[in-house]
Amino acid sequence: MSARVLSLPGQEASARRRSELRRYARLFARSAASLTGLAIVLLFLVVTLIGPWIVPYPGDARGAVHLDRKLQAPSAAHWFGTDEVGNDIYTRVILGARVSLQIGLIITLVAALIGVPLGIVAGYVGGTVGELIMRVTDVFLSVPALLLALAVVGALGPGIVNAMIALSLVWWPGYVRLIQAKTLALKQETYVEAARAVGTGRLRIVFIHILPNCVSPIMVKASMDMGTAILAAASLGFIGLGAQPPHPEWGAMISHGRNYLPTWWWYSAFPGLAIYFTVLGFNLLGDGLRDLLDPKSRGMT
Amino acid sequence: MLFGLLCLTFAISHLVPGDPARLAAGPDASEAMVQTVRARYGLDRPLGVQFVRYLQGLAAGDLGESLRSRNTVRADLARYFPNTFELVTLALLLAVVVGIPLGMLSAVYKDTWIDHWSRVVSVSGVALPAFWLGLMLQLLIALHLGWLPLGGRLGITATPPEPITHLLLVDALLRGQWSTFADAVRHAVLPVVTLCFPALASIMLVNRAEMLETLQQDYIKTARAQGFSSFRVVTRYALRNAMIPTLSMIGLRYGWMLGGTILVETVFDWPGIGLYAVNAAVSSDFQPIMGVTLLVGLNFMLANVVVDLAYGWLDPRIRRPSAT
Repeated sequence: MSARVLSLPGQEASARRRSELRRYARLFARSAASLTGLAIVLLFLVVTLIGPWIVPYPGDARGAVHLDRKLQAPSAAHWFGTDEVGNDIYTRVILGARVSLQIGLIITLVAALIGVPLGIVAGYVGGTVGELIMRVTDVFLSVPALLLALAVVGALGPGIVNAMIALSLVWWPGYVRLIQAKTLALKQETYVEAARAVGTGRLRIVFIHILPNCVSPIMVKASMDMGTAILAAASLGFIGLGAQPPHPEWGAMISHGRNYLPTWWWYSAFPGLAIYFTVLGFNLLGDGLRDLLDPKSRGMT
Repeated sequence: MLFGLLCLTFAISHLVPGDPARLAAGPDASEAMVQTVRARYGLDRPLGVQFVRYLQGLAAGDLGESLRSRNTVRADLARYFPNTFELVTLALLLAVVVGIPLGMLSAVYKDTWIDHWSRVVSVSGVALPAFWLGLMLQLLIALHLGWLPLGGRLGITATPPEPITHLLLVDALLRGQWSTFADAVRHAVLPVVTLCFPALASIMLVNRAEMLETLQQDYIKTARAQGFSSFRVVTRYALRNAMIPTLSMIGLRYGWMLGGTILVETVFDWPGIGLYAVNAAVSSDFQPIMGVTLLVGLNFMLANVVVDLAYGWLDPRIRRPSAT
């Protein structure tokens, strides 16, 4: 107790922050679902990091050809079996995690970078500009993202880069909606009005008061979006408009494996499981984060 | 709103690097031929003029023509849309009919095994790739067990009914063609289940969360204290109030289903607008994609209107705003 009295104000603040963090960690740990999500996401990240060093046949990721061992069933040598040119599916699934992480990060990042500033402008400045931004957002939201992305990729031509461009282009409206609503609410807060009353500049208010308060909803949405973006990119890959072979992308692998059903079921089955667990992990993590950062929803999901 | 959608489809089809005239003329076309095609479709005019012509065409019901099928897009859509409509409607119905009771049960029996299992199912439903789920169902139920057909709309032996509503199931019923109807149902089971699964999951989750909140309200406690049976309290009082957020999720999910149907139709070879759009996109055939986008956008807007009307039906306060 006496130590606390003697401590400097700065130290005390950091100690308080630490205990706050500990409280959050405890809350998070109470939920089995959130922990499962966190575990899956961490495993996914570790796999993307050390993938190239743990796979048994690193050459197979880029489409090596070993016709002597094509379409083999899962075994000790090939845990997930092999595909039609003898590539080890386990290797390709593990390395596919890198492709998916990259896709998810880029789409989410670009969408947030477009959507958040637009949302703040629409919410804080409002007026004709804000109205216009919201109308355009509504139009984008009135067509399913996957269909819109399909149209854009159809125009740009198939390929993983074009798929990422298309998905980024259709992904931002969700952020505009979220941030605009949040900004509108924050604008009414007393401290923002006070800041305005003492003559603080608009930009300063946005950066000091509005943006930091938008961080937690953005984090929750971004975590969920990592999962859905990976799913959407895999869907384009499955249709044949995303990653092209021999790129080890999960959706494209499933699409190819489809031709080898039902006898060679492992070809499609394992990449699908990889997508499922990855998306599940990010969803559960997002749910957990939301429960944590938005006390109102705690215990509801 | 509708105008914005028109601008968007126009922008996507015209501001992209691909040259539609060159595509239409074919890969071996000479420069002169490309020019002819360009002039024929008015692609050499300024964008503003093209846009006005596009709008005029639309007003007259002209959606352009498909380069692949050589039909007008309108004719193609008229042919394929009823199939998609049937698929999406059935899937949505199934999702609502199963999702809402499941959410209700899950809330009433919170933290029991019913709750745990329905949550496992619903969390999986959102994360499962629909196309993969479809493939695995095909593998297991159609190929391995042989219970249901692999894909398509009707078996080769079944005779399609004379169209009345263009909805195959309804037409078969109206014409009294029972064997055709049974065949169509057998073909529909797997696609419908696949498409409905993610929607079912999210409807269930929302309904559960809302029910949990509603069940803690004072009026529910009062109703219970007055001795109303548990079943009556839950279905009549709590469910009705939990339905409003659930309803907006249903509206939202309808839109997502129209997107998800792209994948499901591809897997099950279902002759709807989703498969049509995919085939068009793969062969860079623009007008069909734009037509489908427009049609889906319109549908979604209509669905929102229906949801708004249903709000009013469920909640009298929305119906008569002055009364509150």
